Amino acid sequence: MITFVALPILLPFIFIISLLVFRSDRLAGWLGVFGSGLLILLSGYLFILVQKHGVIALQMGGWEAPFGITLVVDFLSAIMLVVAALIVFSIAIYALRFLPKTIRLNRFFIFFFGLTMGLNGAFVTGDVFNLFVWFEVMLMSSFVLITLGRTKEQLEGGIKYMSLNLIGSLLFLAGVGLLYGKTGTLNMAHLAEILKNDNQAILMNTSAVLFFVAFGIKAAVFPLYFWLPASYHTPNITISSLFAGLLTKVGVYTFIRFFTLFFVHDQQFWHQLLLITAGFTMVAGGMAAAAHYETRRILSYHIISQIGYMIMGLGIFTPLAIAGAIFFTIHNMIAKTNTFLVAGMIAKARGTFELKEVGGLFKQSPFLAILFMVPAFALAGVPPISGFFAKFILIKAGLENGNYVITAVAILTGMLTLYSMIKIWNEAFLKAQPANEYASTPFKKLKFAEYFPSVLLGATSILMGLFAAYLFDFTMNAANQLIDPSLYIETVLKG
Amino acid sequence: MNSVILQLAAKYLRWLLISFAVLALLRGHNNPGGGFIGGLMAGLAIVYKGFAFNAFQVKEKLLKRPERYMGLGLFLILLSFIPSVFAGKPLMTGIWITVPVPFFSGIKLGTPFLFDIGVFFTVIGVTLLFVFSLTQKK
Repeated sequence: MITFVALPILLPFIFIISLLVFRSDRLAGWLGVFGSGLLILLSGYLFILVQKHGVIALQMGGWEAPFGITLVVDFLSAIMLVVAALIVFSIAIYALRFLPKTIRLNRFFIFFFGLTMGLNGAFVTGDVFNLFVWFEVMLMSSFVLITLGRTKEQLEGGIKYMSLNLIGSLLFLAGVGLLYGKTGTLNMAHLAEILKNDNQAILMNTSAVLFFVAFGIKAAVFPLYFWLPASYHTPNITISSLFAGLLTKVGVYTFIRFFTLFFVHDQQFWHQLLLITAGFTMVAGGMAAAAHYETRRILSYHIISQIGYMIMGLGIFTPLAIAGAIFFTIHNMIAKTNTFLVAGMIAKARGTFELKEVGGLFKQSPFLAILFMVPAFALAGVPPISGFFAKFILIKAGLENGNYVITAVAILTGMLTLYSMIKIWNEAFLKAQPANEYASTPFKKLKFAEYFPSVLLGATSILMGLFAAYLFDFTMNAANQLIDPSLYIETVLKG
Repeated sequence: MNSVILQLAAKYLRWLLISFAVLALLRGHNNPGGGFIGGLMAGLAIVYKGFAFNAFQVKEKLLKRPERYMGLGLFLILLSFIPSVFAGKPLMTGIWITVPVPFFSGIKLGTPFLFDIGVFFTVIGVTLLFVFSLTQKK
């Protein structure tokens, strides 16, 4: 049973091997869909196991906790694994129809599984240095994915992405060094135990700042987000949507993990800093999204704006707020990926991502309009879809805890979100198609494999809204476990 | 570069270098050496002949499809995990057996060694891939 903890990492690894051995592209597509489908089942099983046991830990190689590498799955990890698997699965199907002929499916899926492996590794690891390794696995795979199409812009975007993220990795490593120098351990649970009873924990601030900036770069918070809009619009839309749903959220996950588990000293300063960062991130991303007229750019800036909400939940730091942050992260991963998927369909129908050049899609395909409406309304926070409850929890937590400024900023950013979404809606769907070279593109009916991923994610968004109370219970459990990590520490160190 | 001496040397030196790499792999568990270093050596030994003949396009058995090496290596790494699962130990626990060999006190074989062989082949594949990508003209 306990070996299941390692399987989210091993499963993509197995599929990488089979893709290296069997090089047929037709087979690669099947392997990709099959592998990511298995991943959903596996993550679901882990989720059930965690509901039963609370926290599960696996000591790799039989080396006891502070010495070896521990893999840990708690409520938060389990939730993230399930949501990530769902997104990975829908992208695998989407890739079959939307990858251009220039990108071989075999190559795509090798790095796709590489990214998944790094992602799952980051979610389950209980060791700070191991986390760094998984970040690098993810970084390398995503760099290759960006540049797979071999165009000039992709190389430019890829290099910007790579270099800024490598700076993040460097700072991360520096932080790891300082942490190890002071405490002599990198096991997260052990760190938590040491720092909890240490009245010199304030000395960890140097290390914490380095981690803050490193994760800030990964999560694309203000003012460290420049790599994201520089790179997300260059690769094929399949790859953009994969990144949109997953990459920045790992940064958010590590933020939540580090600042609830062991960087819990000097809370006033850190929470203040998190809240200020969150506010600026929301506004800066929202403003930039409002200013752009290219779908992928709007959506990329919009990712940044939404990261602010998750950081806000962490900054308020009540159980309700953290539950809200987790709820928001789940909702956002699903809805954000979905908007990118629909953007890809719009671009396929018309041949461009420029909103000024397209129009009249509502008349041509009401179905596509509905597909867009669901995630767009979810992001804008229209009840009864997921986003409303996510924002509601966060705002309620903010008001209860007396964080009025950030709550006001969050509500105003909601307006900006609504504006960006309505802009895409008006331009692409409602207004008449302008007379230009794209007007004559014949509209092809969407095939099943093309719209299915979006239907799947859209249905999840709606179900999340309808059964928000159940989901809220799960996130609340996760938040309580994060606020009081004694079970986590005990399971890892004594388990 | 088209030197007869180098070409002749490459033919024989390659196997000498590869056997040296295997030696480095074998002694690696407790001494300097191991899968990574051995893999680098073996990879360069394979590349060596290509350099001497100034031709990487040659359809030579050892040079074709470096991904094969990576696939094999990663597969061996995966195999090395399996015994620990069946032994009921945590994943990646080292399992050792002693193979009785006449005239010796027995050879100790274990999953860490299998892991090392996996690393060896993976590194060969990566080295070949690097060299090919850098020398090919597009």
